[in-house]
Amino acid sequence: MALLEIQDVTRRFGDFTAVDGVSLAIEAGEFFTLLGPSGCGKTTLLRMIAGFDLPDGGRILLNGEDLSGRPPEARPVRTVFQSYALFPHMTVEGNVAFPLKMAKTAAADIPGKVAEALEDVRLTTFGRRFPHELSGGQKQRVAIARALVTHPSVLLLDEPLAALDAKLREEMQIELINLQKEVGITFVYVTHDQTEALALSHRIAVMNQGRVEQLDAPSRIYSFPRTRFVADFIGTCNLLVGPVAANAGGTVAVDVRGLGQVKVATASTMAVGDEGAIALRPEKISLHTGSPDAAADNHFRGTVSDFLYHGDVTVYIVTTDSGATIEALSANSAAGRTKFHEVGDVVELSWPSAAGHFISG
Amino acid sequence: MQRRGEALGKWLVSGPPILYLLLFFAIPALIMVLASFRTPGEFGGLAPLFDEDGKPDLNVDSYVRFFTEPIYAQIFVKSLIYALLTTLICLVIAYPLATLIARSPKKHRDLLLLLVILPFWSNFLIRVYAWMIVLGPQAALARTVNGVLAWFGVEPVSLLFSWFAVLVCLVYVHLPFMVLPLYANLEKHDQALLDAAQDLGANTWQRFWRITFPLSLPGVYAGAALVFIPALGIFAIPDILGGPDDSLIGNVIKQQFLETRDWPFGSVLSIVLTLAALALAGLAAWVGSRSTRREASGA
Repeated sequence: MALLEIQDVTRRFGDFTAVDGVSLAIEAGEFFTLLGPSGCGKTTLLRMIAGFDLPDGGRILLNGEDLSGRPPEARPVRTVFQSYALFPHMTVEGNVAFPLKMAKTAAADIPGKVAEALEDVRLTTFGRRFPHELSGGQKQRVAIARALVTHPSVLLLDEPLAALDAKLREEMQIELINLQKEVGITFVYVTHDQTEALALSHRIAVMNQGRVEQLDAPSRIYSFPRTRFVADFIGTCNLLVGPVAANAGGTVAVDVRGLGQVKVATASTMAVGDEGAIALRPEKISLHTGSPDAAADNHFRGTVSDFLYHGDVTVYIVTTDSGATIEALSANSAAGRTKFHEVGDVVELSWPSAAGHFISG
Repeated sequence: MQRRGEALGKWLVSGPPILYLLLFFAIPALIMVLASFRTPGEFGGLAPLFDEDGKPDLNVDSYVRFFTEPIYAQIFVKSLIYALLTTLICLVIAYPLATLIARSPKKHRDLLLLLVILPFWSNFLIRVYAWMIVLGPQAALARTVNGVLAWFGVEPVSLLFSWFAVLVCLVYVHLPFMVLPLYANLEKHDQALLDAAQDLGANTWQRFWRITFPLSLPGVYAGAALVFIPALGIFAIPDILGGPDDSLIGNVIKQQFLETRDWPFGSVLSIVLTLAALALAGLAAWVGSRSTRREASGA
């Protein structure tokens, strides 16, 4: 039995359905992420798990027990808020001791547990400081220590790194992974940042318009998006859309509008004439000048119309002779070169049929 | 040039208020301190500062009088008790009221605040006199109270000209001064803190005492000072609504200056009143900071 079960949960605000029949089973010890754009219902779902909001339909079970009758203060889950919500009139120690006092922990045990929690987040020497004397990253760690000190069965994190700058965010990501491993508590993490979700999670539920679009491991979400939304939302992706022209021997040929026929390896049983899509990641496309690569399953000629230089890689925007726009990425890994192509260069694009991922519908 | 222009600007801005305070607050206060050491004039006011020999006529007689005649200390203590009670009752009434306003929808808040300060639009004395009618023997309130008392076989009482009337009016007059700073404070509170406290296991009561109340203390102190200090020196309310035993220190001071015309003694009483108010405020701040520190460290 899963630790946290969300069964067919729905939440409406007037005419707007924020969460629409979501079912999830989250296992003990898992780092589980709810990923989606703002307004997709992920935060509403988190608030319902915490108890700040109640479902209009469906149930939320923790260890098999229905939580609906329990107010937030009586649920064995803890939340790390986006704004940290540290109590400004208490020191770091006072903040971390707060849930222990609420749980009527013996006064003699409190200092030990507080010290332990502060050690977990590497803030041992900061106990006497007030929140306004801490940096953003330190506040974040105090919020986590405060939430973990009573060893809840589930920790809910609501975009906890959103307010930090990029460098610090990466550091905190690594710390979060290690911390979760160390304490073994189930993390339910809400974010709109897909790279963060991919880096941190054991499993990701991609949400859109109140529904779960795909529930899978990060690598599968990235490589095998189940819907066009997932393909588009996670990373950058060329979505090649058109009717199926042929389907035989594990290969589908799609008449992509504005481009031409594209072959893709798939087990799909879609009939000829039905609308399908191919998700093609920029890094799967090979980009070169000279004669076309006739051996490749798919090859097109185009002109570089723009590029984005990222340092380690360059993203090229290529307009094909047929007028379609394709994004291709190449690593700037050759010695002595900064990048390979300039705007106006005629380039050959090619990729094997296994490079794309077919999405039916 | 830039520097000089800036310095001149600073003086132009802060000069007039400083001058005003100097002329109408600091100098009069010093004159009062000086007056407290002088001798009362034969027909009231002050005797000449220098006697016939040209020596300054300064003494501590008025101070000695204050400390040797227990009646003044008694009235002083009574005034302190009235002011403290007024502050406490105002706090108890104003806190829920300010909370209600702070939590009501934004579009209603201005109207509610307007209602709180509406009484200021009519004259202070008129509002005090209005209580004479409200508490008068022919009014419905007194009749009801005495009706109930008669039913239990108790002699009728007078609501007017009593400590009760004085206290009710003190609270009524000072209530807005408690509501406004409390509202200003409570309105800024971050709901996320209460959510966090609840998430960490605090029930409604614990959320109030451990989060909302400590965070509202600056508002409580401001409101308490705004109520306590004027309530301590008030004389109009006991004059109009109090009985013969309800004279407060403000009445005595007024008497010294306007009726008895013993200015040195009136000055002594004023000075003691100011010092007592300062000492109490200091004590409150000290106690407050101590308990805040204890709460902060989670002890």
